[in-house]
Amino acid sequence: MRWFPAALVVALAIALTFLTLPIVAIFIDSSPADLLDSLGDRGARDALWLSLRTTAAALAIIVVVGTPAAYLLATRTFRGKALVVTLVELPLVLPPAVAGVALLATVGPTGVLGGAVEAAGIQLSLTTAGVVVALTFVASPFYVRQAMAAFASVDRTLLDASRTLGASEARGFVRVMIPTAMPGLVAGGALALGRALGEFGATLMFAGSFQGITQTVPLEIYNRLGTDFDGALALSAVLVAVSVAILLAVKLVPRAEVLGGAAR
Amino acid sequence: MKRSAVLIALVLASCGGDDSSGSGSSKPRLVVSAASSMTEALNACSSEFAEATVRLSFAGSDELAAQIRQGVRPDVYAAANTKLPDALHAEGLLDKPVEFAANELVLAVPAGSEIGSVDDLTAKGVTIAIGDEDVPIGSYTRETLGKLPATEEKAILANVRSNEPDVKGIVGKLTQGAVDAGFVYVTDVDAAGSDLKAVELPPDVEPRVTYAAGVVEGAKHPEQARVYVDELLEGPCADALRDAGFGAAP
Repeated sequence: MRWFPAALVVALAIALTFLTLPIVAIFIDSSPADLLDSLGDRGARDALWLSLRTTAAALAIIVVVGTPAAYLLATRTFRGKALVVTLVELPLVLPPAVAGVALLATVGPTGVLGGAVEAAGIQLSLTTAGVVVALTFVASPFYVRQAMAAFASVDRTLLDASRTLGASEARGFVRVMIPTAMPGLVAGGALALGRALGEFGATLMFAGSFQGITQTVPLEIYNRLGTDFDGALALSAVLVAVSVAILLAVKLVPRAEVLGGAAR
Repeated sequence: MKRSAVLIALVLASCGGDDSSGSGSSKPRLVVSAASSMTEALNACSSEFAEATVRLSFAGSDELAAQIRQGVRPDVYAAANTKLPDALHAEGLLDKPVEFAANELVLAVPAGSEIGSVDDLTAKGVTIAIGDEDVPIGSYTRETLGKLPATEEKAILANVRSNEPDVKGIVGKLTQGAVDAGFVYVTDVDAAGSDLKAVELPPDVEPRVTYAAGVVEGAKHPEQARVYVDELLEGPCADALRDAGFGAAP
């Protein structure tokens, strides 16, 4: 047998084992009844509800601001565009702890904009709003990047046709670009959702940890590690289930849309 | 997709190689899991440890205990209380622990703060960070608050804005100005320099804070680990702990 294909198969086998075994272990380390049991308590429900609310809020902000921003970046050329794109994408590769420090240095109580934020009557640190800020910061590049690619791949003649028919650019954006780019936008939204749901470091550093206020599911998992490992497993299992759902959505939705005759 | 899988395999392989070359060197590598509150002191002294190269891992004492329960085997476990080492000893995971240092729970406030006593924490609008109840600093804090009149305890707990997973988190929230006050060890206030000042607690509510350490069962280097624990009582690390403001074990 030739060595190279064999090496590839071995590498894949190692990678697959390494990546799937820990996930499987979450489910075999404790019984489904125990898992459900630990989800029943107040702390777990508070954390799940908080994660749901903050993630939804972050995603809404990301989509509302990110969609037009990504459209601009995808359809215009200007000096320094590469720099702008790089800056927008930077949080994508930023370690969460750095994101936490960066947020503290900007909008934290002693940060450069901290005084202005406080003067405006906005309380961010140690509040639910602070969690939303942290999630939005770390998750938005995932959406913007994907949305940019989606807009860029839309056939420009579609938009031009709508313009020749007398539609304004705003109308073309809403009626042509967004529907055509929808599969990419959905995929970007799903990725951002996944990233926001899993956020840990920046949230803990910037927003702290308080049940029902700032203690999201990942923080609650960490919190339980010492005393209630089964509870930590149960909450982890919920996040795994959500992640799987997100991934399936990314993989299945675009295909359906493409078959509908939209892209390219 | 395939390319990334190969990449991960490569990274794995390189990590493994690195590890084996480390243990192959002349000095053994001693892994010490220690409570966050000892970060500065143990970082300062552990390079002088003659028997081994010391690798320190700092976290909340409860996280470190959880790691040991999940099968992680450091050589030494040094906690910010006696309860966790005693529990691990009872479970057969730790040698008989020895008490090696004492600390003092204080109220920490920013240097310019007007808060001068625990009573000041009951005012509406004061924000407080404390340790999570599972971590020693958090249980000491709750023990102290429990000795206060019930209404006072309730008012203070109502002002708590964050339950931090370790001491570093509380100090960080304080130095960043996110909260007005926090309960930490006096050694943490010293380590934070001039940013923070300590407000001593009334003697009748002050908890007894004793640190204990032991050799982990199944340690790779039990002999060196024993020496390290002994030197927490007498030696460079004992001196570093005194310098950092820790008291002698009672």
